[in-house]
Amino acid sequence: MSEIVKGIESAGMRTDLPMFRAGDTIKVYVKIKEGEKERIQLFQGVVIARKHGGLRETITVRKISGGIGVERIFPLHSPIVDKIELVQRGRIRRAKLYYLRAIKGKKARIEELRDE
Amino acid sequence: MKIGILGRKLGMTQIFDETRAAVPVTVIAAGPCVVLQKKTPESDGYHAIQIGLVEKLGRHAINKPLAGHLKKTGTGSVKQVRELRGEFPDLSTGASITLDLFKEIQAVDVVGTSKGKGFQGVVRRHHFGGGRATHGSMFHRAPGSIGSSSYPSRVFKGMKMGGQMGGGRITVKNLKVVQVDAASGVILVRGAVPGPAGGLLLIHGIR
Repeated sequence: MSEIVKGIESAGMRTDLPMFRAGDTIKVYVKIKEGEKERIQLFQGVVIARKHGGLRETITVRKISGGIGVERIFPLHSPIVDKIELVQRGRIRRAKLYYLRAIKGKKARIEELRDE
Repeated sequence: MKIGILGRKLGMTQIFDETRAAVPVTVIAAGPCVVLQKKTPESDGYHAIQIGLVEKLGRHAINKPLAGHLKKTGTGSVKQVRELRGEFPDLSTGASITLDLFKEIQAVDVVGTSKGKGFQGVVRRHHFGGGRATHGSMFHRAPGSIGSSSYPSRVFKGMKMGGQMGGGRITVKNLKVVQVDAASGVILVRGAVPGPAGGLLLIHGIR
């Protein structure tokens, strides 16, 4: 990618987000517009993928809501993301955790990553 | 025709607008251009200006005929030359065209050369449906009938068939201008433009 395009991307990128990777559990505070009013909605789940990189980076967050798997894709640098909080780091062995879609219950647990 | 400028496509990215929507944009490094020649009805039979893109060039980029042509205006480092039809009374030979002239604009047309796709069949080139893959259909990606027999005994002109795809001049009209940075000569337009990153583009048709 050209340096100029990189410059445009870095100008729009957010620096207020915590470091996190796939496997981590995060809380995403999403700004939602309802008519005139605006409120913040919380979405907590496991990051199963980080894609694209740069300003175009997106994260896929998966949670189990009422026994149903729910995934939301957030553009990481979008202004609709109010803030992101890291809840728990996870010990995982691959970058994309799509296999979580096929398993449920205890098998779908992710072990916590602790610093040695 | 209104003023135009030459530039090179740098690539695509996205930016977020006031409504927080992600807008796909193409980044174009445009100009500076220089007016190399003015054509008039007396000398050439029509009104036009010839503009050249000033850019960094390799040692052997300029051949002798071009060097001689550039000498008239005292410019160097120009390889890409295009013509804009019309009278431009406020631009004289040797005048430079930069994005400063493009600050207040809403939308532009962008002309480029599309990426070459080589020889393609009708399915890819003209979006024919093709046939069934299995169950002995024996008709997969062929074009089918291209006309009748005794009448007209020929194939009509313009019949959609396989052939070279891409690599042609394409104009994309009415692209919204998202941002103009005249100081660094960078313009962002909404959506895609033809050709690869690094490809030559003509931006004109200002609205």
